[in-house]
Amino acid sequence: MVDTADDTERRERPGPTWGDRVRFVLRGIGQTLITLGVVVLLFVVYEVYVTNWFAEHEQAQVRTALKKQWLDAVKDPLLPLPGQSAPKLPEGQGIAYLYIPRLGRDFGYAIVQGTSQADLEKGPGHYVGTALPGQRGNFAIAGHRVGKGEPFLNLDQLQAGDAVIVQTDSNWFVYRVGGTPGDISAAGLDGVPGREIVDPSDGNVLLPVPDHPDAPAKHRWMTLTTCHPKFTATQRMILHAVLAQTVRAHGLAMPAAISALYNQVRS
Amino acid sequence: MYVWIWRHLPGNVALKLGQALLLFLAVTALLFFVVFPWIEPHLPISQVTVPGEK
Repeated sequence: MVDTADDTERRERPGPTWGDRVRFVLRGIGQTLITLGVVVLLFVVYEVYVTNWFAEHEQAQVRTALKKQWLDAVKDPLLPLPGQSAPKLPEGQGIAYLYIPRLGRDFGYAIVQGTSQADLEKGPGHYVGTALPGQRGNFAIAGHRVGKGEPFLNLDQLQAGDAVIVQTDSNWFVYRVGGTPGDISAAGLDGVPGREIVDPSDGNVLLPVPDHPDAPAKHRWMTLTTCHPKFTATQRMILHAVLAQTVRAHGLAMPAAISALYNQVRS
Repeated sequence: MYVWIWRHLPGNVALKLGQALLLFLAVTALLFFVVFPWIEPHLPISQVTVPGEK
């Protein structure tokens, strides 16, 4: 009844009433909040799905280019040119392939040179200045855990002793995740754990002997870094693996000795 | 704002609905392809690296 009276009154009088102004402001606030909520939801969709489409497209290009480079190359691009100590690798370009049997036969990524945001959108990135695959020291790579192709989404599922395989033009390197049997977090070879959660500022995990600044490099380590916990950047999850086996490459096909590693995955 | 847009879309309700959907998709595309890729590097959510040894 009151509403009807109000409506009649409004129609008769020119100009908005006090109630109209309040309604206008409240409606504006409400619509703005709903709009912001939808934008935030769309951002989540973007992070979790849309960035994957972009990243998969870029990763596919890197993979194709790397395969072509290897087929065209006279010698392994990871070997230094005459008179140089290290090969010059352009950032953002593929350098090797990564396989992890524990994560299934579908899991395969081209590793790119460099760890800038643009590099990591293409795939796991090699920290410039750390060792190359198979070299003494520490071959260190970083990868996204959520979105951007999320190569390292399930890195937490790896167990001590699991194979991490790196394919280059001339070799297949089989690294084994460190720790002690049954305890991936325990200190194993060189006193290095298989997995550790560290502060984002802890660069020591990339050292030639991970976490041991003054130790001489004896073994051939590989380190993988990603964010932790999922969806955040408050910490880093680090995996350390050590070279256990090297298989000569004959063309691009996976050698039987590498293929056999997929049958050895135990739960 | 939405009321204003709705009033200014031509045609009947079905036409208006179609146009509103198109407008929404256009804004979504703008967010996905321009705004979010631009904002994202400034947010501390997708950092996966530790400081290199350089």
